[in-house]
Amino acid sequence: MAKILTGIAASPGIAIAKAFRFGHAAPTPERKTIADSETEAEAARFREAVRLAQGEIEEIRAQTERRLGAQKAEIFEAHLMLLEDPDLVDVTLDKIAEEKINAEYALYEVTNAVVDMLQEMEDELLRERAADVKDVSGRVMGHLIGQPYASLSGLSEESVVIAEDLTPSDTAQLDLEYALGFATAVGSRTSHSAIMARSLELPAIVGIGAEAASIPTGTVVILDAAEGKLIVDPSEEELREYRGKKAAYEERRAKLKQLSGQPSVSADGVRLELAANIGSVEDLAKVLENGADGVGLFRTEFLYMGRSSFPSEEEQYRIYKHVLEKMNGKRVVIRTLDIGGDKELPYLELPKESNPFLGLRALRLCLDRQDLFRTQLRALLRASTAGKLNVMFPMIAVLSELREAKRIMEEEREKLLREGTPVSDSIEVGMMIEIPAAALNADSFAKEVDFFSIGTNDLIQYTMAADRMNEAVAYLYQPYHPSILRLIGMVIRAANRAGKWTGMCGEMAGDPTAIPLLLGMGLNEFSMSAGSVLPARELVGQLSKREWAAFAEEALAMGSQEEVKQFVEDKRRFD
Amino acid sequence: MLTQTYTVIHPSGFHARPTKVFVHTATQYPCKVSLIKGTKKINAKSSLGLLSLGLKQGDEVTLEVDGEREAEALQELGALLTKIYEE
Repeated sequence: MAKILTGIAASPGIAIAKAFRFGHAAPTPERKTIADSETEAEAARFREAVRLAQGEIEEIRAQTERRLGAQKAEIFEAHLMLLEDPDLVDVTLDKIAEEKINAEYALYEVTNAVVDMLQEMEDELLRERAADVKDVSGRVMGHLIGQPYASLSGLSEESVVIAEDLTPSDTAQLDLEYALGFATAVGSRTSHSAIMARSLELPAIVGIGAEAASIPTGTVVILDAAEGKLIVDPSEEELREYRGKKAAYEERRAKLKQLSGQPSVSADGVRLELAANIGSVEDLAKVLENGADGVGLFRTEFLYMGRSSFPSEEEQYRIYKHVLEKMNGKRVVIRTLDIGGDKELPYLELPKESNPFLGLRALRLCLDRQDLFRTQLRALLRASTAGKLNVMFPMIAVLSELREAKRIMEEEREKLLREGTPVSDSIEVGMMIEIPAAALNADSFAKEVDFFSIGTNDLIQYTMAADRMNEAVAYLYQPYHPSILRLIGMVIRAANRAGKWTGMCGEMAGDPTAIPLLLGMGLNEFSMSAGSVLPARELVGQLSKREWAAFAEEALAMGSQEEVKQFVEDKRRFD
Repeated sequence: MLTQTYTVIHPSGFHARPTKVFVHTATQYPCKVSLIKGTKKINAKSSLGLLSLGLKQGDEVTLEVDGEREAEALQELGALLTKIYEE
């Protein structure tokens, strides 16, 4: 009978093979008292075990560097450093000498203390470092007890590796010819083994629980790392089903991967920009990995959140510069501070508002608290020479707000130039369209900006007068409603007439139902989560803009979201 | 002895890479190098010690150097505390 274990999908893909149970023996060492005269020899024995472990780790490091590059091998440099760390090595040596105990027990106690300390840390990533300490220490222990670590480099048939946990060094040694994937009892998406699996493109599930130990080596398993499922001893029917899924998955993955270096072009040859949204510097890796055409929205709120004081100009400058440099000349749209509404900043000490979504938020707040705004603008202007910077103001309702924001920006630019600080003269300045009043007045705005970016989440909420956090009115979140589409159409047309471009940075921009209509309406830039970029690039490649321009016109004349959805589905079916 | 306080700006805080670079650099100096966050003071030549501070973006940390070549150490190590690392 098949049994299904569920866990966290750590690295996508499907593998079908026999299970291979793997683990390191970790017996609790016995505490032995040694004679005064023996402490020197015991210390030497410990040093020798450390030396042997260093040799092994150095080999793993070199192997990882060859297979995955210097960056992935860095973790093992960190391991080598642990073996020189005074808090681990010197403390163990002191313990042997002072307490006159055996090396095994001294190492065991010191390791536990360090691991406990790390596991108490608030930061999940730091807690994960406990795994590194255990890995290194376990390897030294293996030499002390005369049972060196087993390695996964010696698998002899195709297997799915099942383990309590895999240390970074275990994962690095996986023989990819035979290891088709792995499942571990513990771990999270940020475990080193999970990160490693993603870069090896090896399907993996973590956190399937203690039942992992009940799977005997040799049992056939299906590892469905898309769904986070491990099917133990599957039926013939399940096997057939999954062989099909696996083939389809691999074909699609190869196809999407091939698209990552390609331009985004519609079937009738119209060039588009498919960009990604980011909230922090860490998100950049995914943006680059998925071959996005740029960053369409950098939410700068994260810089201000989770801390107790405002970020300085210098700090912001370095971050913006870093993002621009990383994107290497591709467009980066940075949105000025959008705080208020559902995003609060305790240290800003804003008065409580009864309608925060309709209150002093985003640009309204920045115009009120100009010190804040000017600091951010100076940081942006200084960073502008590092790449293709676009600055975008959120939550504009009326022209005077835009003019005031631009005036302040101009003042800061002139100040910087007078101080002799270079500022790029090709910064594009745009605004978000998320308030219906701005959409209706887009013609006037278009003359005074370089671009529009439509923020659909707020535009829908304000058009429908429905709080998007309120479940009771969730049915009013209707992105394909003709009223929303008509507003979007007005904005795009206004921009076109003035010779400006229009982007979109809400969830709708990556939605496969919305994309054909938006393309037809003439949207130029679509900014979405990085993972949606390649599927979207594949989709637009199948769509003719000319054809969808006619369809979009029909859709805009409809009366409800349901009709529009049905219409798009029908048209897509005949593509 | 010299001390100076810095704010960490690396977005994901002080993890493997920044810690490695910092400790590696610190061990090149003969002087004593310590980091102080709140009431906790650690030997900054130990990566475990440094990790135990749990330095996050926005954290204030005081660098204390004492001994030979301390001025040089303060300058080089201070820059490492306020740097964005590529990950």
